[in-house]
Amino acid sequence: MTRKRRRFYFLISCMITLCIAAALVLTAIEDKITFFYSPTDLVLKKNMPRAQQIRIGGLVKRDSWKKPFNGLTHKFIITDLQYDILVSFKGIIPDIFREGQGVVVLGRLTENGVFQASEVLAKHDERYMPPEVADALKQSGKWEGNKVKQ
Amino acid sequence: MKKYANPARFNRLATKLIPWLAWPAGLCISLGIFLGLFNSPPDYQQGETVRIMYIHVPSAWMALFIYTTMSIACASGLVWKHPLAHISARAAAPIGACFTFLCLLTGSLWGKPMWGAWWVWDARLTSVLILFFLYLGFIALHHAFDDPARGERSAAVLAIVGIINVPIIKFSVDWWNTLHQPASVLKLSGPEIHSTMLYPLLIMATGFMLYFSVILILRMRTLMLERRIRIMRINNIYQTATTEKN
Repeated sequence: MTRKRRRFYFLISCMITLCIAAALVLTAIEDKITFFYSPTDLVLKKNMPRAQQIRIGGLVKRDSWKKPFNGLTHKFIITDLQYDILVSFKGIIPDIFREGQGVVVLGRLTENGVFQASEVLAKHDERYMPPEVADALKQSGKWEGNKVKQ
Repeated sequence: MKKYANPARFNRLATKLIPWLAWPAGLCISLGIFLGLFNSPPDYQQGETVRIMYIHVPSAWMALFIYTTMSIACASGLVWKHPLAHISARAAAPIGACFTFLCLLTGSLWGKPMWGAWWVWDARLTSVLILFFLYLGFIALHHAFDDPARGERSAAVLAIVGIINVPIIKFSVDWWNTLHQPASVLKLSGPEIHSTMLYPLLIMATGFMLYFSVILILRMRTLMLERRIRIMRINNIYQTATTEKN
């Protein structure tokens, strides 16, 4: 075996070890890496952190958004189409916030089951299209909730 | 391939190649900017803010592409000792760092109006920030040793270890819940982006790629000259020292 060949195999074995190590670490800290939980996680998971603030992500349920008359408290329901969470938020919401839109809220669940949010982020999806195309899709009935029918 | 690993031959080839890369690069970038800013539709949700994408997405692709090529160059430099391998990696690093910075900056400018936050610690954003630090670490390690050969080797090890971050960046949006949206263009089911927006994006990406090749070749030539000057200086000092002795 030449020295070049030996160095090559050494490098390959190092890379394999590195990949395994990275995979193990990332699987172990999966819960820490995730940016938000779903309403289903919040309802069903036993070990959800109650004391500190968490993030919940989902769609804003249709016809659930109550805009404030006076003051700034918005109320809306976040859903992952299985479980719903009622969210209350006092502050300014992002521009693209609307019903059917994906959002991520930061806050904690209060005793009466309302999620008291201190921050609302709008989640943008991966679709880019001109407004005319979006309208045409809506008219032809190929628009379903927040997803285009495949 | 081995033929072009010869520095003198590389120099001759580079001189011939530069105009063939530089003009199309300028053309593609100006055309891409024109199409992106004036001749493409606003998005149905984001409105005019979508135009940031024409800089942001190609920068992100370049950041990943340059890091990958840098790691491969470093690996071949360590294993096969190609004379140009380490020089090309060293030349590529600052360009990659700039593209990563551009990607982070434009992403932040887009994030505030769209998400409602300049920055969040989700998996995609954090892993790209790590990529930026890997580039900076690579550049710093090169300069951390008096002997350039030792700096080269340490930096190469860092670049190779850091390659693990590239698939993490790419698949972070699929593996974990992130605020950043999943891939729109490079996905198995085909692009989720309308053709009127896809063309300016691809033209811009081509322009960035050509621009990178031009700057890479220029920087490699400069670094090779720098190395020759260093060797000449050392020889000079050595010669004066030996003549003084006699």
